[in-house]
Amino acid sequence: MKLQQLSAADLRKQLAGEGVWLRTGPFSLRIRSQLPRIAEGLSDLYGQFEVRNSSQAFADFHITLNPPTRLRRWFRPQVGFSFDGNQPFKALPLDQAYPMMEWGLNWCVSMHAHQYLIIHAAVVEKNGLAVILPAPPGSGKSTLTAGLVLSGWRLLSDELTLIDRKTGMIHALPRPVSLKNQSIEVIRQFSPEAFINRAAHDTLKGTVAHMRPPKSSVQRQHEPARPGWVIFPKWRANAGTLLTPRSKAQTFMFLAQNAFNYSHLGTDGFRVGTALIEQVGCYDFQYSQLHEAIAAFNRLADTPTQDALV
Amino acid sequence: MHLFRHPSVAAPKDLVSSVLRSPDMLFQFSTAEWDMLVRQARSAGLLARIHNVLTQHKMVEVIPAEARWHFESAVTLAIKQQLAVRWEVEQIRAALGGLDCPLVVLKGAAYVTAQLPAARGRLFNDIDILVPRNLLNQAEAALMLAGWHTTGLSPYDERYYRRWMHEIPPMQHLHRASVIDVHHAILPDTARYFPDPQKLLNRIVPAGDDMPGVYVFSAEDRILHSATHLFHDGELPHGLRDLTDLDLLLRHEAGTPLFWPRLVARAEELQLGRSLYYALRYTQYFLDTPIPPTVWHDLRSVTPNAVLLSIMDSIFTRVLAPAHASCDDAFSSIARQAAYVRAHWLRMPAHLLIPHLIHKAFISPYLDDSTPKPA
Repeated sequence: MKLQQLSAADLRKQLAGEGVWLRTGPFSLRIRSQLPRIAEGLSDLYGQFEVRNSSQAFADFHITLNPPTRLRRWFRPQVGFSFDGNQPFKALPLDQAYPMMEWGLNWCVSMHAHQYLIIHAAVVEKNGLAVILPAPPGSGKSTLTAGLVLSGWRLLSDELTLIDRKTGMIHALPRPVSLKNQSIEVIRQFSPEAFINRAAHDTLKGTVAHMRPPKSSVQRQHEPARPGWVIFPKWRANAGTLLTPRSKAQTFMFLAQNAFNYSHLGTDGFRVGTALIEQVGCYDFQYSQLHEAIAAFNRLADTPTQDALV
Repeated sequence: MHLFRHPSVAAPKDLVSSVLRSPDMLFQFSTAEWDMLVRQARSAGLLARIHNVLTQHKMVEVIPAEARWHFESAVTLAIKQQLAVRWEVEQIRAALGGLDCPLVVLKGAAYVTAQLPAARGRLFNDIDILVPRNLLNQAEAALMLAGWHTTGLSPYDERYYRRWMHEIPPMQHLHRASVIDVHHAILPDTARYFPDPQKLLNRIVPAGDDMPGVYVFSAEDRILHSATHLFHDGELPHGLRDLTDLDLLLRHEAGTPLFWPRLVARAEELQLGRSLYYALRYTQYFLDTPIPPTVWHDLRSVTPNAVLLSIMDSIFTRVLAPAHASCDDAFSSIARQAAYVRAHWLRMPAHLLIPHLIHKAFISPYLDDSTPKPA
């Protein structure tokens, strides 16, 4: 059963009671919350995801989003994130309940799922090959990711690249794409079909909203992809579209530093990381026009064999 | 007088200790029970240890596919932590090389460096070491030179540690974030019972051939230290994990001739008989640790009276259960407070204790919202 088949009233009732069991990629969640914003966010963005009766199902992560104390209900109301009774973060203003859920879920995965090498990077796929987009905040990574998945690329993840330690394949976790500040408007302009939820203002990252993942990406969420490229995007005003090869050794070092659990995996982290680097093309990519950037990515995806020569 | 488990063993709330006592029950587990076991075991820090027990029983296949990665991830982390602990101990030994004393590692780091069964599947928060009090300042200075610095405590906590505690404030490495607890005794000077650290140092043994210059307490002292720690510490987020350490230490030594009489005699010598009594009582209660009947007889002089014992039972059967909401009952929160006050009562006399608890209850919460290690 898909979440969109639950009525709004049922969704709210389940969230406030036993919780909603939800599958996102390889992980199952049990979410509980009395907050209308969480129900609204889930119904806006997670409609295509599978839900089950939560009382009988096994869930990987049990999370709750509720006001931390009763006192704060009226005076500057807040929201707290609880991972099975533990609060890893400080409470945030109530307005940020939905982004807090997404950040909390990223934390759950990156702190626990050591069956993967987890790189802090967006990842999208076309023609069976994945492009890993690692980049510091402000580089336009999310905008590019959103633009690509609105143009026929499959969303694997906008934050967490999950590399299976046994197979080297990338597993999909196609949760909503986080958009910040100007990129919200850029994506609205780019595609009127994009659904972007209500923005939360004044967060640590500025204004934050989330874009609903494409239906086809959710339907194919159990299909892993082979790594094809690691591309470091950089948005720069008025820059031309330029793809330049980059050193594999440097790329490896960057990925290791930006992996959530590289050091936890010991020598296996090195093995998985080097195996990845050996099979991908590594590039720097600068752009200012989203349409041109997507055209460049499409050309790359259509000529994968040439890439092996770079 | 034995402590019997609650009659509802058919539907136990604490699945972790139930599974550690009888792994066979997993063959009957429902999906909902696996869900709860993973949650409780994670809260108790025992996912990797349960996986270890199942490996020894050749029962790993009993874990359903959807739950398996939780155990395997914890094992990955435990293996990495053990490597890291051995490496950090080597760094500490190098940093303290100029001091005229052996490096003694305690608790988890001791189990790892001495390669004891209690190391298997154990997760770590910090590394505990013991330094003679007269060398404490030198040791702290040497560790600072090597990159470890005292972490951000409130001025009150900092003073409290320095003045009253048996350890200095935790030191964290600038780059690696590893945390060392430097002790000069195993209990505060102000405690009701104060085992002379020199007596413990007189019996240290080398950790192993592959760790030259690193020492651990003797087998009996290791067990007594673990027991003391459990029953003198105010908060027990890893109470059940520490009990499983004790269980593994006891089972490992139980075959050594005269182990039990030596353990009881040493406990009396160090004034730790009561702690040993409780440790044995609750490891047996939670984990079915085999304890010869003669041991109870030999401990009769330190056995609490029936009233005290029933109070202690009602406290410790609760606070040592996994720190998960599903293991709590209506009295768990009161039991935790009682354990906290009791631990402090044992650690300092009333004229120090009462101002300290008032500070902790009414002043500390308003000074800052960071949560340093509770003092």
